[in-house]
Amino acid sequence: MTRSIATAKGLDLVGCPSCHLLCRGQYLGPRQRRICPRCKAVLHVRKPLSIPRTWALLIAAVIFYIPANVLPITTVTSFGSTQSDTILSGVLYFIKTGMWPIAVIIFIASVIVPLAKMLILGFLLISVQRRFPGHKRDRTLLYRITEVIGRWSMVDIYVVTILVALVNLGSFASVQAGPAAPFFAAVVVITMAASMQFDPRLIWDVEPPVQKGEAPR
Amino acid sequence: MHAFFLYIPRHTEVLTVENATHLIACHECDLVLRIPTVATGQSVRCQRCGALLLRKRKNSLDRTLAFSSAGLILFFLANAFPFLSFQMEAQIRQTTLITGIRELYAQDLQLLALLVLLTTVIVPFVQLAGMLYVLVPVRLNRNAPKLMESFRLIQRLRPWSMMEVFMLGILVSMVKLAQTAKIIPGLALYAFMALIFLMAAAIASLDPHTVWEKWKERP
Ligand SMILES: [Zn+2]
Repeated sequence: MTRSIATAKGLDLVGCPSCHLLCRGQYLGPRQRRICPRCKAVLHVRKPLSIPRTWALLIAAVIFYIPANVLPITTVTSFGSTQSDTILSGVLYFIKTGMWPIAVIIFIASVIVPLAKMLILGFLLISVQRRFPGHKRDRTLLYRITEVIGRWSMVDIYVVTILVALVNLGSFASVQAGPAAPFFAAVVVITMAASMQFDPRLIWDVEPPVQKGEAPR
Repeated sequence: MHAFFLYIPRHTEVLTVENATHLIACHECDLVLRIPTVATGQSVRCQRCGALLLRKRKNSLDRTLAFSSAGLILFFLANAFPFLSFQMEAQIRQTTLITGIRELYAQDLQLLALLVLLTTVIVPFVQLAGMLYVLVPVRLNRNAPKLMESFRLIQRLRPWSMMEVFMLGILVSMVKLAQTAKIIPGLALYAFMALIFLMAAAIASLDPHTVWEKWKERP
């Protein structure tokens, strides 16, 4: 006997993405879209075009990740001489000068987090497309992690913003934001958007749905 | 009693299932679950995937309102007063929260400046002001234009409010510059730190389910 699970999709219902009301969903709003009767959010059984949209954003993020790491993120002028730093050379500078906690924070936020996020999203996309049956709960947890950690990558952009504001004494001492900064910010924003486009319910869709009309347990 | 209804086609007619069984679909795995009676302070998680489905908080509306109003006052302090000062030998440079944003703009990085402005100033402000705009009428059982649309917006904007990440950036910068110059924290920095805690408290005490329920019960 196969165990069947009552999902909203299997019962021809839609959970509202915004207020979580379980709707029958035929209530049509303007432009013939199904909308939630309580909060007027547009209802979709699954996020539309979730997989291709997430892939597109993920690929864009991977492409932007290259200039973000190769180009300098800051240029420091002090007493007439200038020095440019990339994200990684900045981390190395912190290690050399013994500022270990900062080196660790920047390395995790700027290198580990974006990489982990892109790898996890890629793995989740492939696992959904190949209909992997196992470890659904773990994969959902991985998805939740990508949602939570992504924003912390912005820390390097904020450090640049603060340095640019404070260290501004002309040729005596000043900091300029480098060309990598907008690329890196784009990576953060695009990976956040990618993770919002991914629909974790797809992970669970491989289980056989309950027949229509059958009451959920 | 908090009832969960299944709506049938016309939204004026409400169909209760199995004598007003409380049903909800998990937003992360789509499992349809019956909602148990939730005691104050408790949370309900999905049996299958572990997603947080709903939580009941004590005096949720009043607490969120209090934290948001206090947060709004601190928001103005944080933006009006000196944030950090940089002292190197005889030279002193005083900055406010948006000095860096102006500087990025001047360095021809307009989009980056806009992103920083959005994530550290505009979105937090919209969240705080929006919370008051939504919760005051709901608390008083009144209506306001675009009330639920506003509530949806502030919930969707939440990931884009990054004040706590900015705070980490401040700490990193202060340690980085500590060897070469003297960094003097200003009044706005303390207001900003307090604002982060108030914002977190406002979000933690908010119980969206109660807001939706109260909205439905309004006259
Ligand atoms: Zn679930």
